[in-house]
Amino acid sequence: MAYKMPVQKYSGKINEVTIGNGLKLGGESVLPFYSFDGDIGNKPAIGMEIWDIYPESWPKCLQEIFKDVADDPAKWANFCIYNYSPDFICLKFEGASPDGLDRSPEECAEIAKKVAESVSVPLVIAGCQSNEKNAKVFTKVAEALADKNFVFLSAVESNYKEVGAAVGMAYGNIVAAESSVDLNLAKQLNILITQLGIKPDRMVMDPGCSAVGYGFEYVVTTMDRIRLAALQQNDTTLQVPMILPVSFETWKVKESVATEDDAPEWGSQEERAVGMEISTAVGVLGAGANAVILRHPRSVEVVRNFINQMTE
Amino acid sequence: MALNGMQIYKLLPQKNCKECGFPTCLAFAMKLAQGNVEAEKCPYMSDDAKAKLSEATAPPMRTVKFGAGDFEYALGGETVLFRHEKTFVNRPRFAVMFSDAMSSDEVDRKIKNVNEVNYTRISEEMHVEIAAFKCEREDKDAFISLIKKVTDSCPKVVPMIMTENTEIAEEAVRQFGDKGPILFGANDQNYEAMVNLAKDHKLLLGVTAAGKEKLYELVEKIQKAGYKELLLDAGSRNLKGTFDDMINIRRTALLSGDRTFGYPTVAFVCDMAQDKMMQLACATLFVEKYASIIVLSDIDYSIALPLFALRQNIFTDPQRPMRIEQGIYKIGAADEESPLLVTVDFALTYFIVSGEVERSKVPAWILIPDAGGYSVLTAWAAGKFNGKSIAKAVKEFEVENKLKTRELIIPGKVAVLKADIEDELPGWKVVVGTEEAATLTNFLRNYKQAAS
Ligand code: B12
Ligand code: SF4
Repeated sequence: MAYKMPVQKYSGKINEVTIGNGLKLGGESVLPFYSFDGDIGNKPAIGMEIWDIYPESWPKCLQEIFKDVADDPAKWANFCIYNYSPDFICLKFEGASPDGLDRSPEECAEIAKKVAESVSVPLVIAGCQSNEKNAKVFTKVAEALADKNFVFLSAVESNYKEVGAAVGMAYGNIVAAESSVDLNLAKQLNILITQLGIKPDRMVMDPGCSAVGYGFEYVVTTMDRIRLAALQQNDTTLQVPMILPVSFETWKVKESVATEDDAPEWGSQEERAVGMEISTAVGVLGAGANAVILRHPRSVEVVRNFINQMTE
Repeated sequence: MALNGMQIYKLLPQKNCKECGFPTCLAFAMKLAQGNVEAEKCPYMSDDAKAKLSEATAPPMRTVKFGAGDFEYALGGETVLFRHEKTFVNRPRFAVMFSDAMSSDEVDRKIKNVNEVNYTRISEEMHVEIAAFKCEREDKDAFISLIKKVTDSCPKVVPMIMTENTEIAEEAVRQFGDKGPILFGANDQNYEAMVNLAKDHKLLLGVTAAGKEKLYELVEKIQKAGYKELLLDAGSRNLKGTFDDMINIRRTALLSGDRTFGYPTVAFVCDMAQDKMMQLACATLFVEKYASIIVLSDIDYSIALPLFALRQNIFTDPQRPMRIEQGIYKIGAADEESPLLVTVDFALTYFIVSGEVERSKVPAWILIPDAGGYSVLTAWAAGKFNGKSIAKAVKEFEVENKLKTRELIIPGKVAVLKADIEDELPGWKVVVGTEEAATLTNFLRNYKQAAS
């Protein structure tokens, strides 16, 4: 008997969402990288994370790379773009945290504007720990960056009305819906956001992330189920590109933060941290992520190489 | 192919004697077809019928074994393409590649690396399970002495003997057969001899061909020759091609129900990139989908820590959450004055936290309340880790009788619980610990100093 390759039929397709001027996410009608089954859509995108404040809390080996530019977000962004060519920059307003600098939304808007004017790639705006504060920050930043098609990471169950109304409706930007590792929660939030009047091709989703080894099986399984529902059951509420803030998770786990004095047997801290970041990024890409956010230049290089080899 | 009830009925003795616990042979046959009962329940079935039945009811993907003694491993046996459908059962095993064309310095370096990566994570011992040996010089003695050197120096690895030369294979198998090696290299030319060799020594046989179509034909021939302990390689040595092989071989078995491809597969990540971080990227993908042996060029902690952790996660049974028993746990020589920490009953969290407490060398107690088996923030968000559940554990496990301390260290991520816990536990002071366990060691050392 001759070999017969199994055929997998899909009935759905992930929305194609344009970020900034022309960065396209999604558009696939098959499982991630299943080019033997059909159209894999746009290449997953890679963003680099920068902060509005100097990243004191980052491991020294990481700070070292950005230390000359990290006290100025615009400089930092351009340093990354010039040297590592990410598809987008994720500007995270850590300084807005009420437990920290408690930077005002107006000040954040000012900074965002300056960064936006100086860069050639789209921005993804991220907030701090406080969802309440983020709603206020996002409103002001979205106003300052009106109609830019930038992504705001993210709207959650407790603030989606405010974030959606400002970011998505009033100021023409893209809302990222963030839920906590659960298909039904993700679906529900997507529905609520579209009910505000936001078009499905004007949103992305973050279904929840963690680092490999830290409950990561739940992340992969949630993403698998979301993609299977979107593609095989044609569930339109889940046909939304997924963006995963990998670096938010991987740089705080022990494998990345333990210094060489703390764990001499483990060898180079920088390599360990890069390894955690790469493996987590590929892990979510294999489960359907359309964009990942990273910190280390080496991770950017390797993950890009991985994506290129899988898609070309 | 699976048999239906009527087909099975024809294989039964048809005595209707009820000894199987069913009123008739037909009723028993129906249950067998659904896989709800074991064929052994009928004492009167002929051997021939038994063989046919076990063939028909065998899972679509075979479980095979390699190794010996403490280092014996099962591969394959998977029944689903996605872990949420049921569970993945046999985790992939990692190999490091050696070759007789390598300098002895390189071999020594790899031996050292293989031995260095050895640690425990959530009660699982992590190390490279396989050393792969590629025979490139066709020099029997050099090849054998390489295997001997490495297996003598790395007691925990099982050898994978890689040669298409049957004469060299025979000698290697003769020398290292007691380790349950994998014999890799049955191809279209040599498969008869290789099958015999594998049969004689009961070895897992690696079958290789250029492409899925050729591999399929070869496996059919090998199955006809009566051997089924196989490991498949469709010949791709690049990332994209191997991904195609892994997915489609697995889908052929599980979706098409075609057992010709119902065997585990091997991914030669070592050939996909020079750079170890790129190898890590490739290996990550194949842990998720769907390699059973992943061959790397080398190993060190920067790639082992993520890979082994990922594997441990992905191969966790989703229907059996890893939970740890509630109670008060003693770490080191803790006495009634030692610090008391509280965490949740999620095994992952407990093992990480207790590991860090041990590392700090500060004797301490860890209190585990009923937190639903969730991580700290999950349990908190689900309302299972709070003043009430913690106070209940303090009472239930008689902490106030056992310990003099009235200070409780809580995870930094739930600092907001401080007042709530103090309300529920009069006379107690709550100390907010670090957010991550990684920084707990320093915290505990300083904490102890502050107390004394
Ligand atoms: C896996 C996961 C799940 C799994 C649960 C797995 C499990 N058994 O816990 C599932 C999918 C079931 C789940 C469900 C929910 N989850 Co959940 N989940 C996660 C995820 C992705 C990882 C959690 C994990 O395993 N962490 C690893 C463990 C080891 O971390 P840990 O327990 O915190 O321990 C660390 C530290 O706390 C510290 N530590 C621990 N103990 C101690 C003790 C002391 C003394 C000290 C000093 C330190 C310390 O050391 C550890 C290592 O550093 C996180 C997101 C994330 N990236 O963290 C969300 C997350 C925890 N989940 C969240 C939520 C909201 C939920 C739900 C309530 C969602 C819902 N509405 O249904 C449900 C709750 C369950 C229910 N309703 O029944 C939120 C919590 C939000 C918040 N800040 O409160 C998170 C943060 C996701 C998010 N960003 O929204 N979740
Ligand atoms: S024990 Fe065997 S022979 Fe007897 S009723 Fe059951 S199936 Fe039929």
